[in-house]
Amino acid sequence: MRRLLIPVLTTTLVVSALAACSSGRAADAKTVTLVTHDSFAASKSVLAAFTARTGYKVRVLKNGDAGAALNQVVLTKDAPLGDAFYGVDNTFLTRALDEKVFDVYRPQALASVTPSLRLDPTGHATPVDFGDVCVNSDEKYYGASSGHGDAPATLDDLAQPRYKDQLVVENPATSSTGLAFVAATVAKYGDKWLDYWDRLRANGVRVVDGWEQAYDGEFSGAAGSKGTRPLVVSYASSPPAEVYFAKPRPTTAPTASMDSSCFRQVEFVGVLHGAAHPTAAKKLIDFMLSRTFQADMPLQMFVYPAVSGTPLPPVFTRFSSVPSEPLTLAPAQIGRERQQWIQQWTDHVLR
Amino acid sequence: MTRAARVLLALVPLVFLVLFFAWPVGAILARGLWHDGSLDLRAFSDTLSEPGMLHVLRFTVWQATLSTLLTLVVGLPLTAAVSRVRFPGRGFVAALVIVPFVLPTIVVATAFRSLGVERSLTAILLAHCFFNLAVVVRVVGASWETLDRRTADAARVLGAGPVRTFWSVTLPALRPALVAAASIVFLFCFTSFGIILVLGGPTFATLETEIYRRTAELLDLRTAAVLSIVQLLAVVGTLAIAGVTAGRAGLRRVAPVERVRLRRGRRLPVALAVLPGLLLVVVPVVELVRRSLADRAVGWTHLDRVTEGFTVSPLHAVATSLWIACTATVIAVALGLALATAVTRRRRSRLGRVGEAAVLLPLGVSAVTVGFGFLIVFDSPPLDLRTSWWIVPIAHALIALPFVVRTAVPLLRAVDPHQREVAAVLGASPRRVWREIDLRVITRAAAVAAGFAFAISLGEFGATLFIVRPETTTVPIAIYRYLARPGATNLAEAYTLATVLMVVTASIAFAGDRVRTRAGRH
Repeated sequence: MRRLLIPVLTTTLVVSALAACSSGRAADAKTVTLVTHDSFAASKSVLAAFTARTGYKVRVLKNGDAGAALNQVVLTKDAPLGDAFYGVDNTFLTRALDEKVFDVYRPQALASVTPSLRLDPTGHATPVDFGDVCVNSDEKYYGASSGHGDAPATLDDLAQPRYKDQLVVENPATSSTGLAFVAATVAKYGDKWLDYWDRLRANGVRVVDGWEQAYDGEFSGAAGSKGTRPLVVSYASSPPAEVYFAKPRPTTAPTASMDSSCFRQVEFVGVLHGAAHPTAAKKLIDFMLSRTFQADMPLQMFVYPAVSGTPLPPVFTRFSSVPSEPLTLAPAQIGRERQQWIQQWTDHVLR
Repeated sequence: MTRAARVLLALVPLVFLVLFFAWPVGAILARGLWHDGSLDLRAFSDTLSEPGMLHVLRFTVWQATLSTLLTLVVGLPLTAAVSRVRFPGRGFVAALVIVPFVLPTIVVATAFRSLGVERSLTAILLAHCFFNLAVVVRVVGASWETLDRRTADAARVLGAGPVRTFWSVTLPALRPALVAAASIVFLFCFTSFGIILVLGGPTFATLETEIYRRTAELLDLRTAAVLSIVQLLAVVGTLAIAGVTAGRAGLRRVAPVERVRLRRGRRLPVALAVLPGLLLVVVPVVELVRRSLADRAVGWTHLDRVTEGFTVSPLHAVATSLWIACTATVIAVALGLALATAVTRRRRSRLGRVGEAAVLLPLGVSAVTVGFGFLIVFDSPPLDLRTSWWIVPIAHALIALPFVVRTAVPLLRAVDPHQREVAAVLGASPRRVWREIDLRVITRAAAVAAGFAFAISLGEFGATLFIVRPETTTVPIAIYRYLARPGATNLAEAYTLATVLMVVTASIAFAGDRVRTRAGRH
């Protein structure tokens, strides 16, 4: 038995040493962890204002695209990654609610949120911002002197031969932007939506996994892009973003958004069930509805603040407009049919 | 060693296997086959009747078949040249074509991305061929090298042409090796994950990528479980067919290795046989290194910066990978050596056979299945590991364990029991016998096995992708995420990390090979 002693002892020692090293990684008690998607952004000064107000530092945990981030939250719901989760949108809202990842929290400021955005009557998910997923076009490509003709004006146009091999979309299985656009086609074409996609496929639509790949990688209108496709599924707020980041700042936007293709996307935040710091998470949600945070959002994430009356930066008011009648679907319908859409879409467009 | 000690030595690793292998796989089976406590095959019929599913199954088999054929077409002439002909640089070529096999799949995929190949079936096939050439060269080459030339010579004397001689003499003699190589290649391509994901994009789906997609993107765990079972059956089936086919081989005369001199008229055919394989292996690797150096201003200087969309910096990922690999290595080597010692100490014991067979089981399931199983099992007390840092090193240790045992058993078996007896007769105490004879062998076995385990953990991608958390991003996962993002900066970062990973794993493999060859000579 003695010859066993040394290896057993060594192993025990090593294992316990490793255990000692890997524990003690727990987050600081005065830190609140916000789990979110890759596109989350906030000014440093704004997050510092939260720390000054409450004493809590914000740790931001980015976890892939909105869909992937939510799935991670669902898969880890018994031992959540953080205290609050921001970034579930109306296309995925029912998944978050059905999987019970949020605790109930109704912040006082909810009353000042535009009523049409308050889509969760159960009080688990708080709307923070909204945006419109729309087809964007490269104005340079369709410019008067280019000889390429006009940019498409309707969803039907996208299936016309003259726009062959020009559109790039996101995979709805991996991208919430892609899913919102699929929802737009369902809202527009009803039962015939798959026929529309068959036509798009025949017209050479390209599919990529995420918005960034589509917009920065494939779309020719993005600043500094090597992309070759003049049409992309993006946001109504993408043209002002192009203007805002261009140096020198142009007088007309280099890209345009197609109003009739827009689908309204609302983003929510909630307290994660089983959070280590639920009180801090609630404070963070209050803060996200405050004027400081809401006014910071447009130029950070290029979304519209959910609290009505929040002032918009000039670049937004000048180069972007909120579509007056965006395409919409009830969250309940999206929840019921989402899985089936994605599966059918995959079979029709990818396979 | 007493019986109790041996049982104990075998027991700890077996408990590990039950806990971290049998249980997760059992849970997958239960999810796919059981419903409300009774056997229910509806999940199967639902899944398999989905219109897209047939496409996935067909493509999985189709790409694996094509990849295997392509690997054989490129690999066989190369093997013939390397194993039968003496030409300048032969040893170098033989060593070079082995390199891709030790590279992590994510590095292979990145290398092909660096060539600028569009996402396509061709890209997948080429990458599979690149990766698997080594299998053909090694497995078929070992058989071809020792083929008795006299049989072929006799056929030629009796009037058969070179083609006929090859078909009716050489090929049948090589058949067992060919079948073995082809089935290994087929299995690797059938369960290929990283390469399909990176080089195929959303359009191409195999069983493996579909299991991942269903889990991570659609949260459809029931379908994922069904697909895992289908995958498991397919792998076991392939292995069984390969076993039966290879087993029917006749007797083969083994001759000493003898290579013909390169005659003037043979130069062109030999060059044509070697070049395609050589180019396929060299070009992607060189291009990957070149691109990582060309963009060094971006890739190498910003390793400590957290880029957009990431929670940690590339350097942090490197540190995490090293730390995880160390832990996984300690676990895998400790358990593997314990098991190897237990099974080699008494040759024909039932315990030994059970132990050896049990530890090879994880080889039969894909890494994706391991990751998926971990995800659905370790989500509740007492073993709530899903959020623990330990889950990744444990998964890596499980994947490395069969390789550790496979490496250690032959080395340990090489100890002649008489040597111990002689030492004892000459007056050495049992402790000294163990120290002077066993310990030396064990140390060497541990060193080789540790190298293997370390390299496997560093490169592991499929299982990790399921269970990794943003703050414990490993290097392969970071490479994958960088590749998935647009822009030159992200690409440069992916190339840089892939180059680092390639150099590290290739060095470990070479060092391990040298130690093992030296051990073999003792």
